[in-house]
Amino acid sequence: MSSENFQQSRTPPIATTGLLGWIRLNLFSSWFNSILTILVIYLLYQILVPFLNWSIFAADFTHNYLGQQIIDRTFCTRVMDPEIGGACWAIIFVRFYQFIYGFYPVEEVWRVNIVYSLLVIAVAPLLIEKFPLRKYFLYFTLIFPIIAYFLLAGGFGLAHVSTKDWGGLLVTLVLGFTGIALAFPLGIVLALGRRSNLPVISMVCTLFIEFIRGVPLITLLFFGMVMLPLFLPEGITLDGLVRCLIAVTLFQGAYMAEVIRGGLQAIPQGQYEAAQSVGLSYWQMNRKIILPQAIRITIPSIVNTSIGLFKDTTLVLIVGQLDLLGIGRAVLAAQTWMGLSIEVYVFVAVVFIIFTFSMSRYSLYLEKKLKTGINMGAD
Amino acid sequence: MKKLLSIVAVSVFALSANAGTLDDVKNRGFLKCGVTTGLAGFAAPDDSGNWTGLDVDMCRAVAAAVFGDSSKVEFTTTTGKSRFPTLASGEIDMLARNTTWTLSRDVNLGFEFVGVNFYDGQGFMVPTSLGVSSATELDGATVCIQTGTTTELNLADFFRANNIGYEALPIETNDEARENLFAGRCDVFTTDASGLSSTRAQSDNPNKWVVLPEIISKEPLGPLVRHGDHQWGDVVRWSLNTMIIAEEFGLTQANVDDNMNSNIPEVLRILGVEGGYGEMLELSNDFAYNIIKQIGNYSESYERNVGPDTPLAIGRGLNALWTDGGILYAPPFR
Amino acid sequence: MRSNFNFFSDQKFRSLFYQVLVVGLFALGIYYLTITTAYNLEKRNIATGWSFLNNPAGFDISFSPFLDFKSTDTHLKVYYVGVLNTLLVSFTGCIAATFLGFIVGIIRLSNNWLLSRTAYVYVEFCRNVPLILQIILWYSILLLMPRIKQAIELVNGFFITNRGLYSPRPIYESGFSIVFFVFIVGIIASIWISKWAKKRQERTGQRYPVLWTSLGLIILLPLIIFFLLGSPMTFEYPVLKGFNFKGGMVIRPEFIAMFLALSIYTGAFISETVRSGILSVTKGQREASAALGLKPTWIMRLIIIPQALRVIIPPLTSQYLNLTKNSSLGIAVGYADLVHGFGGISLNQTGQAIECMVITMATYLCISLIISFFMNIYNRSIQFKEK
Repeated sequence: MSSENFQQSRTPPIATTGLLGWIRLNLFSSWFNSILTILVIYLLYQILVPFLNWSIFAADFTHNYLGQQIIDRTFCTRVMDPEIGGACWAIIFVRFYQFIYGFYPVEEVWRVNIVYSLLVIAVAPLLIEKFPLRKYFLYFTLIFPIIAYFLLAGGFGLAHVSTKDWGGLLVTLVLGFTGIALAFPLGIVLALGRRSNLPVISMVCTLFIEFIRGVPLITLLFFGMVMLPLFLPEGITLDGLVRCLIAVTLFQGAYMAEVIRGGLQAIPQGQYEAAQSVGLSYWQMNRKIILPQAIRITIPSIVNTSIGLFKDTTLVLIVGQLDLLGIGRAVLAAQTWMGLSIEVYVFVAVVFIIFTFSMSRYSLYLEKKLKTGINMGAD
Repeated sequence: MKKLLSIVAVSVFALSANAGTLDDVKNRGFLKCGVTTGLAGFAAPDDSGNWTGLDVDMCRAVAAAVFGDSSKVEFTTTTGKSRFPTLASGEIDMLARNTTWTLSRDVNLGFEFVGVNFYDGQGFMVPTSLGVSSATELDGATVCIQTGTTTELNLADFFRANNIGYEALPIETNDEARENLFAGRCDVFTTDASGLSSTRAQSDNPNKWVVLPEIISKEPLGPLVRHGDHQWGDVVRWSLNTMIIAEEFGLTQANVDDNMNSNIPEVLRILGVEGGYGEMLELSNDFAYNIIKQIGNYSESYERNVGPDTPLAIGRGLNALWTDGGILYAPPFR
Repeated sequence: MRSNFNFFSDQKFRSLFYQVLVVGLFALGIYYLTITTAYNLEKRNIATGWSFLNNPAGFDISFSPFLDFKSTDTHLKVYYVGVLNTLLVSFTGCIAATFLGFIVGIIRLSNNWLLSRTAYVYVEFCRNVPLILQIILWYSILLLMPRIKQAIELVNGFFITNRGLYSPRPIYESGFSIVFFVFIVGIIASIWISKWAKKRQERTGQRYPVLWTSLGLIILLPLIIFFLLGSPMTFEYPVLKGFNFKGGMVIRPEFIAMFLALSIYTGAFISETVRSGILSVTKGQREASAALGLKPTWIMRLIIIPQALRVIIPPLTSQYLNLTKNSSLGIAVGYADLVHGFGGISLNQTGQAIECMVITMATYLCISLIISFFMNIYNRSIQFKEK
């Protein structure tokens, strides 16, 4: 057969290509789908238009509809005239400092800013595999918590700033990142312990994990608040933030342990046997052979667990710590800003979405990368 | 192994060998005082973030007595629930958080109330529009209440005694309770009368709210410390008494320096000119002078924070001196 | 030194040594904790014991749909009320979250782009915002509903206010028990018929209209009996009297906020497990059943879902557990659950911190174990039976 025998192929019908084709295929492929599409468009219109109107078009940002600068709630358009006013975002602008730093002294706030910037430098090489000089930066990641501690709390010539003055995003990030950093090693130890063939160790770890996973985090926080002081010897007190940190870490450590255990179980028995047959000790085997593989395949789940931890940090507001949401409530308690709760909660929600959504996208990206990696291995 | 155990034991005991609170405070260089998360007139941060209020003045007075400097205080905010564990654990040295002195708190919870800095009573506040003039008309009303307080128990007793029904809405913090009241989730808000005045002052239009005449309980509010440390209890007790006695003798922030050579013996004793009363408390002899100079007497603190000229506008009432028809009375400085 | 080394490199000895060490440290830790706690308790004059459970609570709990609670009742009853309220919101939340999760999970795989994207946005939003924030947000929206005096009447006897949704309350008269009995018999009969129909289908391939028969038995039949008996039920309507509505039934905003937030939050997670469960069923299954001429809805119901369930059930169990534990956040809006009522108010009024916390934690552990137990039984019943 020669190519001349082929007829010039006809172009596909207009309705199946391009934008039109896409719309037809994805939105109006059957009468049922068409009805659904129209219904969804109608619903979205009903929800989104009022919301956008409230949050953007009719909203006050720093000035109200009369052009006055908003300094308290009485200046908000929606307080002056509920008919025309939308959200009053001025509450966020006026109290922005508290949302980000809490009651941290203004003259010392540069220290928090440095910590925020260093945090980016510490986390980036951890997440990006092709980061230049990654190895050296990872050393920095290791010592970062110590630097951050002294910068935030004081010492070495820096004025002491009590954790009672910390608040807002600062507390959320401190709890979230320290919690993740501590829960991870705790999870590894517990997971190894639970799979240990020493019955006592495995039993102790299993009991611990199941106990922590069986109770709500809030009871652990209460435990830290009302019971921990009774367990400690006299004269030793723990900072309120530290007690929250302990509760959050134990809680997430148990969940992390189960995730890592799943990874350990997925490692074929042959790997263990091979490692033992070349004479590696238990710790060598785990450190060099088993854990690197187990952690690699569980990284997406680890990130997901970390997202959970990050969200759970908000619970500390119930025991009186002023995290981002706690500061939000404290701001609402002020007479000058009462009644603007929806604005504050939407703002806090958006901040959380920025963090958790990017984390979950990252986990998705890892999952994809991992899949292709494994397939390539199989080839 | 035995040796190891004994080392552990020794180190544990070394940690638990606890110096008195007064020494702790002196060594630390500042006082740790527990206050509310924010109740106008009693303890609330002002626009520039400084704590002010009657309870705050109590903390500052103790700092002035110990250090001669009323600014050496670190304030810890506590909720109705966290206040007692916080004090019991030693996280704070004293609690000045409009806390009612009751038998069970004094005895069973292991605290010591050192005096009363505000005589209060529980009342009710309703919207004027409801047209209610007495708490006995509240049959079937929804009542917002802060949990973990004596008011919660008094409320149940009051309605039971009067045989009227109600619906309780227990809420964790005062702020949330207030928000629910303003949103109309409940009809009535009940707390100490001073707290009601403060809440009313914070509303958009105070005339829309009315505080009912019934006072259904005794609420003596005062500072407290951990039971057993009598030396420290004495320091806090006499810091409070000093403020009351100073009012009795007319000693104020403004005139205290002029009274240094007064001809009244007790004034000279108070100001540390005669006698070693400060030393008895292991403080400097001018501790009372420092309190009066830096905080003022009780009346000054009262007028500044909750008195008729403040938004709270609470008259002296029971909180006047015993010589003025109140029940404020301090033992002699002798 | 040398012999010691050999001794230690013996695996049996080493494992024994480690275990003894752990047990020893554990015992030492417990011993030490007991000593310090006892010392602290004595020093602070805190009495311990369980007798406080029988003391009158002294406070009121208004949200108690199952038990009548008065301030003269004991702390033990506060505990019961708390447990029941926790179970109520968890149970209703689990059901709603499951429905929502399955619907959204299937929608996310819809070939309608707009629909699946909308579902995706919902899932991402709800998964990424902290639950407690969602609870508080729902509650503040509910507080914006009309005040009691401006209540909106939806239909006769149904009112929307910021103190809850009011509805008429049915009052059963004599003879209603017969209707109820028929209803129960209808349910039992339906279960029996569906089992019989399944067996018959496996044997002969004939299908039986189980759904319609069941609906008829469970709903239509009792209704017919109900009207035959002359409608032995009347309604008590809520009436605005004084400060509040009197009579009728009410669902409080605290409960609604908890219910909405819990089911929407958990529903988003369940939809993800449902989606991945459905995706885990290989394409060949779908194509094979389509080749056999099954309708798309049948393919979903008969082929895909039963296989997907095997993948879905284990993560679904942990979602149920999470929801139950998350119901403890009721304290944020004043929902009188176990943590708020017993672990909060009782603890606070009695000062018996250790006792109250131990009971609260133990209760959650028990609830978790019970849920796991039943879900494991169900899980086993739907797994592949190796023949």
